[in-house]
Amino acid sequence: MELTRRKVLALGTGTLAFAGFPALARLADGVIADITGGAELREGGISLSAPEIAENGNTVPVRVDAPGAVAITLLADGNPVPNVATFRFGPMSASRGASTRIRLAKTQNVLALAEMEDGSFRMTKAEVKVTIGGCGG
Amino acid sequence: MASGVKPRVKVPKKASAGAAVTIKTLISHKMESGQRKDDQGKAIPRSIINRFTADFNGQNVIDVALEPAISTNPYFEFEAVVPESGEFTFTWYDDDGDIYSTARKIEVS
Repeated sequence: MELTRRKVLALGTGTLAFAGFPALARLADGVIADITGGAELREGGISLSAPEIAENGNTVPVRVDAPGAVAITLLADGNPVPNVATFRFGPMSASRGASTRIRLAKTQNVLALAEMEDGSFRMTKAEVKVTIGGCGG
Repeated sequence: MASGVKPRVKVPKKASAGAAVTIKTLISHKMESGQRKDDQGKAIPRSIINRFTADFNGQNVIDVALEPAISTNPYFEFEAVVPESGEFTFTWYDDDGDIYSTARKIEVS
């Protein structure tokens, strides 16, 4: 098989998609393990909306929702420090979700990790392509 | 960073009992990440707001732990239930120990 640029690119994306969660940066992995205590991560029940392309990494709007969550943690696996924010919901919260604006240093995955009322963990991610990084320098 | 910090919140003035209301908050703050360097190449120390809370009549709505990856002028939008008339209180906690707070009343019919 002749390897064209297009095929190589397609191959790359395919591998990434199949590798799934293990392909995350190591820093973010450590933080996730700290939060879950090694518990199983399930998909579904959590939604994360972020732009596919962010022109300015200094302020990227994101929205996360996880009905039935006690807490939601946002992580960015390509930032110098992966933690972004942790939302804890109180008794007067109407929806287990929130919007905010975050900084992304470069193109990377934004991860949302929800701790549910039954003690399980849900995770989802969204890739954001960043044109101008948001970490000064 | 005790100067120029100004909280702004948007809460509906009226709502029907038990309804969910959308709340938007923003506070002007530079959120210095600690990752940047000045002209001499020295790191600029971190100075951010590290916690934000919203309560309704003393009961918690949301409690957010902020990291340096939150943008300048931290913005949050979320929903709260209002079973009766009362007051929302919003509190921001600065790295330097300062606490900024503001309150909004809501009338429930």
